[in-house]
Amino acid sequence: MTDKITIEIDGRVCDAVAGEMIIAVADREGIHIPRFCYHKKLSIAANCRMCLVEAEQGGRPFPKPVPACATPVGEGMRVLTRSPKAIDAQQGTMEFLLINHPLDCPICDQGGECELQDVAMGYGGDVSRFTERKRVVKDEDLGPLIATEMTRCIHCTRCVRFGAEIAGVRELGATGRGEDMRIGTFITHTVSHELSGNIIDLCPVGALTSKPYRFKARAWELTAVDSIAPHDAVGANVRLHVRSGEVMRVHPRDNEAVNETWISDRDRFSYAGLQAADRLTTPLMKRDGVWQEVPWQEALTSVAERLKGADPARTGWLLAPQATLEECYLAQRLARGLGCANIDHRLRQADFSGDASDPLLPWLGRPIAALETTPAILLIGTDIRQEQPLLAHRIRKAALTGSLVACVNPFSLTLTHPAEQLVGTPAEMLDHLAGIARALNAKPTGVLKTLVAASDPTPEQEAIATRLKDAKTDAGEEDVSGAVLLGALAAAHPDYRLIKALAWLIADTAGAPLGYLPAAANSVGAHLAGAVPYGRPGGEAVDEPGLSVGAMLEASLETLVLWGIEPDRDLNDPRRAMRMCDAASFVVACSAFRAPSLEAVADVMLPIASFAETSGTFVNASGLWQSFQGAIAPPGEARPGWKVLRVLGNLLDQPGFDYRDARQVRDELAACCQEPPFDNHPRRAAGGSKAKRAAAPKLMRVGPVPIYATDPLVRRAPALQSTPIPGAAFGVYLHPAQAQALGVEATQSVLVSQDGDEAVAATVVLDDAVPMGCARIPAGVSGSERLGAQMGPVEIRATGDLQPGETG
Amino acid sequence: MSFRTAPLAVIHDRDKASLFTPEIRAEIETWIAKYPTEWKQSAVMPALTIVQEANGGWLTRELMDDVAAYLDMPEVSVYEVATFYGMYDLEPQGRHKVCVCNSISCMLLGSEELIEHVEQKYGVRVGETTPDGRLTLKEVECLGACRHAPAVLVDQTYHENLSPQALDRLIDELE
Repeated sequence: MTDKITIEIDGRVCDAVAGEMIIAVADREGIHIPRFCYHKKLSIAANCRMCLVEAEQGGRPFPKPVPACATPVGEGMRVLTRSPKAIDAQQGTMEFLLINHPLDCPICDQGGECELQDVAMGYGGDVSRFTERKRVVKDEDLGPLIATEMTRCIHCTRCVRFGAEIAGVRELGATGRGEDMRIGTFITHTVSHELSGNIIDLCPVGALTSKPYRFKARAWELTAVDSIAPHDAVGANVRLHVRSGEVMRVHPRDNEAVNETWISDRDRFSYAGLQAADRLTTPLMKRDGVWQEVPWQEALTSVAERLKGADPARTGWLLAPQATLEECYLAQRLARGLGCANIDHRLRQADFSGDASDPLLPWLGRPIAALETTPAILLIGTDIRQEQPLLAHRIRKAALTGSLVACVNPFSLTLTHPAEQLVGTPAEMLDHLAGIARALNAKPTGVLKTLVAASDPTPEQEAIATRLKDAKTDAGEEDVSGAVLLGALAAAHPDYRLIKALAWLIADTAGAPLGYLPAAANSVGAHLAGAVPYGRPGGEAVDEPGLSVGAMLEASLETLVLWGIEPDRDLNDPRRAMRMCDAASFVVACSAFRAPSLEAVADVMLPIASFAETSGTFVNASGLWQSFQGAIAPPGEARPGWKVLRVLGNLLDQPGFDYRDARQVRDELAACCQEPPFDNHPRRAAGGSKAKRAAAPKLMRVGPVPIYATDPLVRRAPALQSTPIPGAAFGVYLHPAQAQALGVEATQSVLVSQDGDEAVAATVVLDDAVPMGCARIPAGVSGSERLGAQMGPVEIRATGDLQPGETG
Repeated sequence: MSFRTAPLAVIHDRDKASLFTPEIRAEIETWIAKYPTEWKQSAVMPALTIVQEANGGWLTRELMDDVAAYLDMPEVSVYEVATFYGMYDLEPQGRHKVCVCNSISCMLLGSEELIEHVEQKYGVRVGETTPDGRLTLKEVECLGACRHAPAVLVDQTYHENLSPQALDRLIDELE
């Protein structure tokens, strides 16, 4: 079916591939055919009949108009989209579609950008011949993200097909028949898939619209500014719709290599956080324990003085992985200029003992789109749908075409495709990996030797090993191979070094390249910019590495610079992070938000711009540099982060801090990174010390970060926060048998304590996705800030056993 | 991937052996066996018919969910089928269903008269059940019996060429 043929559309000769649909050829040629139900990413339904055209094949005309979306082209086909017969058919369809469509455009959010409105302008009559009553459909509440007005629905079924084909969850359906047909869930439940906001874009009419944006603005009042989504490592291309200095909504931009035409709900609805009540709008200094507004000049001079006077060895810089490339680069220039190499952005990583062997510039290891055609994917420690929704979509596509998707995780995932899931406690995760390595006949060295030698592969592990290995040999082509991918739960693993070493061993032995699922929008960029203690810009190793996040927590630093983070939410171990900040004598927080934790520990707060308010660059998982411009002015006195750093650099007499714009900063960094230097090879074999396998604790906490708790911005988006995500609310999720063993019941309030520290009250939820020996307690959400590391031993006891002096 | 090439299979977290009775399961299995294994959900219509029959002529949401679980399909796909076809009822029905065809041929040959007659005589409107629970009057789309219109389906039996009196006699025979 790859034969090239030529057809004629409206007298124009077009190249086509036999079997393509007429509408696809016409779209490519820029010939407009009206349509409602056709969408290039969805299956063909041909139920709206709007795309009827006149066609003939081999000189024989089709007896009646044919739907362009469902008629394959053939050699010598002639298509007329504007002939009297075609126009007549299109007008007839339009009249039928308008029979039941309400005339409520003036109060409809879709008004002005409505496909039905547009096509009605072109093909509709100005007077309706329909005198009967129009049908009215009861609305359904689909949750906090999607507003419904189902009377406007024209039954194109795009939203239904999206659910079945893209999301993999049939949340919506077309129930009833004829006049009584309606689109809905039938049983009224919240649509909660992480990509479901896309049905707002798919809906050609105003039946499904954005709830947070409802009645806020008109399409023609908005200015669109291209930007990049600031959350996951996909770097989805978005368009910010702005009106009078406010982002009103976010839409996707097409980019096949990155996000296709979709964006996740997190990318779509997080903009509401820009308007959060606790936006930081002026520089603040704490004087005698009271926060006072101060002019920029005073704040910066004071910060510069303190930084200049600080002992570089006892100074630490912590950057959010959502900080732009420019911010990361300037921050590390400034830190290193002051003689401080203690700079890091790997806030949720638990184990830094592998730093010496870690790759300098870890990345996904392949283009994002290549995931779709990867024949075998081993995911290690990742709740992929929550961490990277759009990568999860690519992986789902691979699974549906028969690729193996295998997961090694501390709890089983709800996936919408077939997958082989190996679930176990954090210690058992190592065993699973060792089993796979053993099944591959890997030749481990050093620390892994005993671990691998001791394992006895299960049939599942054998099967995964075989598929990973065969992915390479079966294909016969050079660039086709399996993939081993490390996610956020692996990074939070207390033995991340071993996980990485095992992953590398498996990847190397099976010929399935290792890849990292970077934690956030600019994790790869932060490595490139040198915001790691062991690497300079461009991935140049430093001889004397500074302190990693983990080492900083231990080092009782005197001076801290926090960039875009909330210390009680964004770090792996919030309690130790808060203690580190408490102990420091000077903490400067550069933040877009006046977070309570910053108020508690900082001495100076500098208001910096969010992603929508600054120009900058994010480097996505596959190493793609994507620059964007500020869409709106930062609120109040807030300033783009790179400008704040530029001024600080000048105040600190650092040379070469006279940048004119962010672009100049980026170009300077780009000059350090001539060749794309990404490489996931470990720099040396994992250290020689014996793998320490501490006696397995009775119960391990497993603390994934739920999808809407990943960064300060998304935590402030009200619509996302009120979207119910299973397992995201703070609580203790236990396997029913584990709960029984602990003597606790569902909904019971219990006390959770880590490392013998103060106990925190939480509610028990029974969840058989959690293995025995584990308690899943989400991190990054309200309630988790008083707990310790995301993964580590945990004690749980009933509230009745309250010990004297405890507050619970 | 499309509806046509690969149905969306959903693995439900339920023990199939706990659904329905062994007899019903056996009967549904004979239908599943008629389709390719990956097209198991093609058996949704006979499955719904069997389950409805066993439940006194109507389907509850729970039963539809059970059918979805048994056939590894999304619940909403079962709701779509059950709400589309006239032979599935989602509310309690009388012991007998009197289904009068009201499509074009039957209408021209007096089906409206039949409906009016039953409505008057038994005091029920279309879609209602008599107070004694004996019969439910339904108006249905074309029964495919146009040549001897008007046609009425009483439970599982077709009756053609009916006059109001003939329909009366049929109804009188029902227990």
